[in-house]
Amino acid sequence: MKPYDMPSNDGHFGPYGGTFVSETLIAAIESLKKEYLFVRDDPAFQQELAYELKHYVGRPSPIYHAKRLSESLGGAQIYLKREDLNHTGAHKINNTVGQAMLAKRMGKPRVIAETGAGQHGVATATVAARYGMECVVYMGAEDVKRQAQNVYRMKLLGAEVVPVTSGSRTLKDALNEAMRDWVTNVHNTFYIIGTVAGPHPYPMMARDFNSVVGRECLTQMPDMIGRQPDAVLACVGGGSNAMGIFYPYINEANVQLIGVEAGGEGIHSGRHSASLSAGTPGVLHGNRTYLLQDDNGQIIETHSISAGLDYPGVGPEHAWLKDSGRAQYVAINDDEALQAFHDLCRMEGIIPALESSHALAYAMKIAPTMSSDKVLLVNLSGRGDKDMATVAERSGITL
Amino acid sequence: MSRIDQVFTALKAQQRCALIPFFTVGDPDLSCCLPTMHAMVESGADIIELGIPFSDPMADGPVIQRASERALKNNVRLLDVLNVVKTFRQTNTTTPIVLMGYANPIERMGVDAFVKTCHEVGVDGVLVVDYPPSEARALSQALAPFAIDPIFLIAPTTTDERVEEIAGLARGYVYYVSLRGVTGASHIDVADVQAQLNRIRQHVTIPVGVGFGIRDGETAKSIGRFADAVVVGSRIVETIEKAEKEKIPHEVGQLIHELRQALDNAL
Ligand SMILES: Cc1ncc(COP(=O)(O)O)c(C=O)c1O
Repeated sequence: MKPYDMPSNDGHFGPYGGTFVSETLIAAIESLKKEYLFVRDDPAFQQELAYELKHYVGRPSPIYHAKRLSESLGGAQIYLKREDLNHTGAHKINNTVGQAMLAKRMGKPRVIAETGAGQHGVATATVAARYGMECVVYMGAEDVKRQAQNVYRMKLLGAEVVPVTSGSRTLKDALNEAMRDWVTNVHNTFYIIGTVAGPHPYPMMARDFNSVVGRECLTQMPDMIGRQPDAVLACVGGGSNAMGIFYPYINEANVQLIGVEAGGEGIHSGRHSASLSAGTPGVLHGNRTYLLQDDNGQIIETHSISAGLDYPGVGPEHAWLKDSGRAQYVAINDDEALQAFHDLCRMEGIIPALESSHALAYAMKIAPTMSSDKVLLVNLSGRGDKDMATVAERSGITL
Repeated sequence: MSRIDQVFTALKAQQRCALIPFFTVGDPDLSCCLPTMHAMVESGADIIELGIPFSDPMADGPVIQRASERALKNNVRLLDVLNVVKTFRQTNTTTPIVLMGYANPIERMGVDAFVKTCHEVGVDGVLVVDYPPSEARALSQALAPFAIDPIFLIAPTTTDERVEEIAGLARGYVYYVSLRGVTGASHIDVADVQAQLNRIRQHVTIPVGVGFGIRDGETAKSIGRFADAVVVGSRIVETIEKAEKEKIPHEVGQLIHELRQALDNAL
């Protein structure tokens, strides 16, 4: 089989991806692409990145065998890739360190970002502080209200948080607003996109920076169990933690790749964020991909208990992996994710992010149907400290 | 010759600059649309650009974004936009209509179906903001058999190489975006725009319009001295936003009249 080598030179993953932006943005994107393609093969840059990932982020993150949880399910063994142990508590920092280093190289003193739950905003504010850059984070006005604690974290780190009041006042609108800032201030500003979406080269770049996760697994799993897992599972919002762990496994034909989307209150309720499971192809935020849209091509509002999965699009590479059959995509509802969240807390002493709980919930669903010598590797993309208020509220508790 | 070519040929003979107003269909509602378009023509508009509402207008500033939001509150769809053109054509068969919008509503309808309907209702040009030349192939191919012009943007940051590429694809006119940033920003540097137009004209032989940042007679006049067309968007949308609904056609007409006079006085 031909080794996987997506995207094409012009950023397409089959019919997906591409550069669907106004001419006003092209020059900025071209210069970013040129710079990124250079550092991608530059040993000095890659060495510095590896140093930062080790000493600042705390990599490599361990893989943990969730024995008690697996035993309770009576089937396949569940292993967790512990991205929750990274500095700032999620995989997002892998990407922001890389992009901030690129910004520094390109001589941009100001970075901007969009954020939904605030995790990418926090990761961006963190690296901006680390490299001495000005930082502005766009956040939907609704999310600013819902995620007060992360807003404060970003401010502590020296970032300015701008509430976005246009459209549905959530993540997608924050992304629109960040793009508008970028096109206006491109002379001094680098836009750090938080997931594998946006125009080329962002989907490739965010994937590459996150793929340290999967590369580590490729060596850690044989060290632990003498072989690769039978399946790798990850939650899919925009899809960066999933691409990060999937990408190095794409050429491992015997390893099944399973992306888990947010089923919200159920696909049939219409209140969910499962673009791949229930959406249709279209163009948003600079790329062609699966979208949640109405019959007239307007983007519709999404829902998930986890703000980090609450996005109407998905990275174009996932669209391609779905159509080509290399990866499968499923949905997990709010309630199932919450149950998995509580189970991991009680049985393993690990509080997972609600996003990651979706991937875990699907692993817990299929484990009992498999024999006990099968191995499921779950990307535990983040920790759940940020979700205390949401979970407590669901249980009728006010903190 | 397309309707757009005819307009520019006629204006050129009179040494006049084309005036192209823009507004979003369905803002504030559909009933205002046709009276506003007719008022524009009566007051001196040469071509009308109609915005197709979209939920995520990434390249637009707050003013045009709000127009889209108002239109979407009224559930205005791409089909409604096309219907407006159809009705307009029942009484006006000479003023070119250019549709301006984002890719997704068009792809949802289907590029071929969209182009076919454009042809049937009498659309003259199509500008898809998020289709740069590299992503515009399917649309350009679909438009080719019809007298509908693909309109492209050129930015201050567009390299000569890209201007050349755009020159090979564009028909009707090209639209020079006079500002860095989104629609509705201020500050227009007239000398800079003139230098840019000189550069663009080394590659582009069709008319060059200038837009983004033209807000009043004064700027229209100074740009109109060397541009083939001026496009006025945010200022018109602001007028629509502020006016009482019944008075919209009248107030927009007045603004167009002022701009027209300023342009013609520049001669
Ligand atoms: C812990 C965690 N996991 C997953 C996601 C979803 O993003 P992605 O699909 O890009 O990994 C987020 C987003 O905020 C997150 O914070």
